[in-house]
Amino acid sequence: MKYVTEYRDAALVKGVIEEIRRTVTRPWTLMEICGGQTHAIVRHGIDQLLPPQIELVHGPGCPVCVTPLELIDKALSIAARPDVIFCSYGDMLRVPGSNRDLFSVKAQGGDVRVVYSPLDAVNLAQQNPDKQVVFFAIGFETTAPPNVMSVLQAQRLGLKNFSILVSHVRVPPAMSAILSSPHNRVQGFLLAGHVNAVMGYWEYPPLVEKFKIPMVVTGFEPLDIVQGILKTVQLLEEGKVEVANAYQRAVTLEGLKPAQAAINKVFMECDRKWRGIGMIPMSGWCLRPEFDEFNAEKRFDVEAIQAEESPLCIAGEILQGLKKPHHCSAFGKQCTPENPLGATMVSSEGACAAYYRYGRMLTTEHTENAEI
Amino acid sequence: MSEETINMEGAVCAPPLTHNEQIVMGHGAGGRMSHRLIQQAFLPAFQNPALNAGDDAALVEPGLKQKLSISTDAHVVSPLFFPGGDIGKLAVCGTVNDVAMLGAKPLYLTAGFILEEGLSMDTLKQVIESMKQAADEAGVQIVAGDTKVVQKGKADGLYITTAGIGLIRDGVSVSGANAKVGDVVILSGTIGDHGIAVLGARGELGFQSSIQSDVAPLNHMIEAMLDASPNIHVLRDPTRGGLATTLNEIAAQSNIGVVLNEDSIPVHPEVNAACEMLGFDALYVANEGKLICFVPREDADKVLAAMKSTKYGEGAVIIGEVAEEPKGRVLLKTALGSTRVVDMLAGEMLPRIC
Repeated sequence: MKYVTEYRDAALVKGVIEEIRRTVTRPWTLMEICGGQTHAIVRHGIDQLLPPQIELVHGPGCPVCVTPLELIDKALSIAARPDVIFCSYGDMLRVPGSNRDLFSVKAQGGDVRVVYSPLDAVNLAQQNPDKQVVFFAIGFETTAPPNVMSVLQAQRLGLKNFSILVSHVRVPPAMSAILSSPHNRVQGFLLAGHVNAVMGYWEYPPLVEKFKIPMVVTGFEPLDIVQGILKTVQLLEEGKVEVANAYQRAVTLEGLKPAQAAINKVFMECDRKWRGIGMIPMSGWCLRPEFDEFNAEKRFDVEAIQAEESPLCIAGEILQGLKKPHHCSAFGKQCTPENPLGATMVSSEGACAAYYRYGRMLTTEHTENAEI
Repeated sequence: MSEETINMEGAVCAPPLTHNEQIVMGHGAGGRMSHRLIQQAFLPAFQNPALNAGDDAALVEPGLKQKLSISTDAHVVSPLFFPGGDIGKLAVCGTVNDVAMLGAKPLYLTAGFILEEGLSMDTLKQVIESMKQAADEAGVQIVAGDTKVVQKGKADGLYITTAGIGLIRDGVSVSGANAKVGDVVILSGTIGDHGIAVLGARGELGFQSSIQSDVAPLNHMIEAMLDASPNIHVLRDPTRGGLATTLNEIAAQSNIGVVLNEDSIPVHPEVNAACEMLGFDALYVANEGKLICFVPREDADKVLAAMKSTKYGEGAVIIGEVAEEPKGRVLLKTALGSTRVVDMLAGEMLPRIC
């Protein structure tokens, strides 16, 4: 497959890993910010191939994992209404709310549908004028363009039966929160190349300036990832603090301007709770007031729904890179993908699910009693 | 992994959802939730040696000269017609294949039809014609049947349940529990074709695809394989849950490890592309015309040659081998040279967000 197979070429990947070996002289802790990268790393076993000095910790870049509990509860409340067709990206169906998930709502008669694009939900609204169609608009900057386009398209079509439930999050404020933590041990960042494809990377030099650590725009195929790691290690070894781009075939400094303009037209920055982490100021996007008629929270009067998270699940610490999934005593035991206790186990991008699916539970069985 | 019901004291970050209270779609996906349903609901009530063996067909010995293989399969698919097949062909091939996977020659099928009020007679006739063709190809007769009609809206056009019976060849012992160290794992061709073809027919791909379902009767290939070697240990078709789930079942039943080579697993480029775009893993996508064979290494070339000489086995390849450890698990050697565990499908196969 063009643009995929050549970036999975074993010889090329091994060559770059050799280069990393030659470059590294001491231990470095890197964080890949994006859950898609976590999955690629664990799926291809890239972490097993790296020299022992390099530790990869997994960032909070899984939009499913970080969607706050109360927004899930709001989604469940809306989806259970008989007049609603509730549309969602697939992985959200398995995320538990306070006492059920979208699978349960569906089993009880709710019309819950998996869509691949929010524009499919707009089409459903056109085809079902007697129903309210709601799209669960979650994600980072990557899914923001299609999500805002669904609103603009619905507006253009004059649809009165389409709305979105927004739980959008942004990468730079999350990185800022991680780096501001007194427990932070991340020394270099692999930036989420798909986010940068949309947003460019002009937002990151101020973070580099403030926190004095290098950041490298990194892609998602094995070769992209090891090249991102190599560049980060080179910068660290040379003592350079800057933003570099190791994903030039997809990312430019300024990003996709029309997409950014569309996002700014529909969304504005707002405070956002992150599941397992808590409130991060101005870390989310919300609908601007002029798009209130497309705001599902207002249309269905669910704004008052609140939910408290338990302190027992360590998903938050995993999302912040402070713990690894196998540090959790429930991992692979009480907590499995079909029986998730926490959101990091739910999404195919979540760190726990990645560890579980690709076999890190083998080592876990020996460490399950380790204190966390 | 713990199979017990979760009882977390105090609050947890989100209540565990066992879905023990009601059926959800994941119970029908062929993965771990389906297994749990069988273990918790069906096995305790019905248990007997033939059922407990856990194969896709039951081996029974009612005092005849030969042992019998019996199986049944319920078929629901939307849409009813898809590239490469339809629900009728699926209903015949599914049961023919399950019966044959014990090393049996399938002989007779029965078919039960649940028809939705309003179904067009033409559609029904097309499905029946397709069943006839598949039965002719497999060399089986459909010798009994039943029809029920339910109200409009109570079924998705048409559901078909088939049951089948066949004679197990003398001198063979084929079961998911028979894999042994020293066996190699042979796969009869590309994986994921059926699942992606059906998704495409549903219009869920969002792009054009020429992928055809692989649905096919595999009994003639199995005969050729057993002619080549009576020492075949395991035969199984990796249907729902895909190759990954089926291999996990065999690893657990036989209490051995399976080690696969990622590079050697054949995936059609279009299936690969669809999986990449939608966030699926071809290892978990359904097949309806492929089989997995575990056979001692010394017989592998003979079996492989026999498979390649048949219509549905041209793409047969060795994809891995049995190992002593880790028992009950499937490992994959990645193209990059690292190793990871390939788990069973959990519940429903969900597309990834981005």
